[in-house]
Amino acid sequence: MLKIIKSGLQTTVQDLGRFGFQKYGVIVSGAMDPFAHRTANLLVGNEENAATLEIAMVGPAIQFEEDTFIALCGGDLSPEIDGTAIKMWRTVAVKEGSVLKFGAPRTGCRVYLAAAGGIDVPDVMNSKSTYLRAGIGGFHGRALKAGDLIPTHPVSPGHAASLLHATDNELEWKIAAPRYFNEPIVRMMKGRQYELFNNDSKEKIFSEAFSISSHSDRMGYRLEGIKLSLEEPKELISEAVSFGSIQVPADGNPIVLLADRQTTGGYPKIGQVASVDLPLISQLKPGDRIRFKEISVEEAQKRYIEQEYQIRQLKIGIYLKREEWK
Amino acid sequence: MNFSFSPLGDQAIVIEVGQEINEKVQERVRAIAALLEADPLPWMVEIIPAFTTVTVFYHPLATLYETVQQELEERVQHISEAVAGEFRTVEIPVCYGGDFGPDLDFVAQHNGLSPEEVIEIHTSGTYTVYMIGFAPGFPFIGGMSEKIAAPRRDSPRLRIPERTVGIAGMQTGVYPIETPGGWQLIGRTPIRLFRPEQEIPSLLRAGDKIIFRQISESEYHSLKEEQHAEDH
Repeated sequence: MLKIIKSGLQTTVQDLGRFGFQKYGVIVSGAMDPFAHRTANLLVGNEENAATLEIAMVGPAIQFEEDTFIALCGGDLSPEIDGTAIKMWRTVAVKEGSVLKFGAPRTGCRVYLAAAGGIDVPDVMNSKSTYLRAGIGGFHGRALKAGDLIPTHPVSPGHAASLLHATDNELEWKIAAPRYFNEPIVRMMKGRQYELFNNDSKEKIFSEAFSISSHSDRMGYRLEGIKLSLEEPKELISEAVSFGSIQVPADGNPIVLLADRQTTGGYPKIGQVASVDLPLISQLKPGDRIRFKEISVEEAQKRYIEQEYQIRQLKIGIYLKREEWK
Repeated sequence: MNFSFSPLGDQAIVIEVGQEINEKVQERVRAIAALLEADPLPWMVEIIPAFTTVTVFYHPLATLYETVQQELEERVQHISEAVAGEFRTVEIPVCYGGDFGPDLDFVAQHNGLSPEEVIEIHTSGTYTVYMIGFAPGFPFIGGMSEKIAAPRRDSPRLRIPERTVGIAGMQTGVYPIETPGGWQLIGRTPIRLFRPEQEIPSLLRAGDKIIFRQISESEYHSLKEEQHAEDH
């Protein structure tokens, strides 16, 4: 059980998303940085899809109601337990009654807290992700607030013993943690409507830097910089969008659609961020900058497969170690 | 039949079946969706049918773009033999005007009609649901009379209560959940369109025929109570 003492800016329960219901207009939701979410789970012996807490920008204060194990992966929001700084991207043992707090964001802006056993909230349409606007999923369909008691699944003695070993041994799991920059170069495929844009826009999307506007949230990031426009005005017919679609409304400022994107959209899509680079975007804060570099669909899929292979190796490595220690 | 294929990033493919919104194209979209749902390819994650496209999501770990396109091309060749499925007719009771439909008078004035005439025209048509999108269970409904068409509001409202019926251009629709939006609001239905607790969480589906029926405020409240009782 986790007790929320202070709410933070926006802390929500997330898993890898709600799939299969987009045809009914139900958005996917899920972790903004799936790599960090999955790694955090693996480090505490959970399934990759187990529910974690997604903590954004200003972290909450959380008290642990029993001895447990946690992992924090993603942006570095200066986490500390009872006043002592703790390491990110590894397994950490916590004592009953201790309090986790966060300070200033150092890199990135979203951190995933996985607790051994996983956050125990009911499935809604096969997912534990919070869908704020519809008020469903997660913890009562809303962001966490002071006083909330968030249940976690119990952990078996064998599971706990192996995690204790992992923390005692100062073990390095050799995780190639992504380096979050505040001016990343992000790989982008040309979008379905790329050719409809004028030459200036087609060129500048790859040569100019854009900054993240303060009107940015889990649904999408608005980018500011040069304005993009079509060769000639055209009414488009709404069609599916996805995680990383870059659409351009009439005002010319691109929007990168993220975890809480709507299912369909009618604005022209100039590009699509490669799946492997989505964590780089999800960790940007208002004022950070971004540049795009072209990548083909083939190459993007190759990079995706490589990343998946790394996660699998990590998963197998952790599994084998834990079996040894049980 | 001509289909074109193009990638939507590295995890989805768009099948375009037409260039404009009409019933014929909508039927083809529905036929492809039905075919793929009835007999999914092993790498399919989910599909989103829209006005003129069906988008298929997949994991690149299971298969790559080229194969996805080839297998879909083969599959949709047989689409003429597929059936779009039977359509259903769904009646949506609506309490028009007043607090429920603050823009009914605007829609009337804009078209040189009385509010009663707007209601009469709105309830006399048979509509088709073209797609579900934007919000959970939100139907894009085509087939509305031009006589009651009205432009979107210049500045969208920040909160539109759930189950509010609106008009935008020649489209009409119902907001299933509270959201911001720019449509002209003409009434409210006691019927829930988004049902997260049910296996199919959307009351309406693409292809459904819709009829609007006018109800009084007291009927609105009793229908809403009835539904509330059913839900619990």
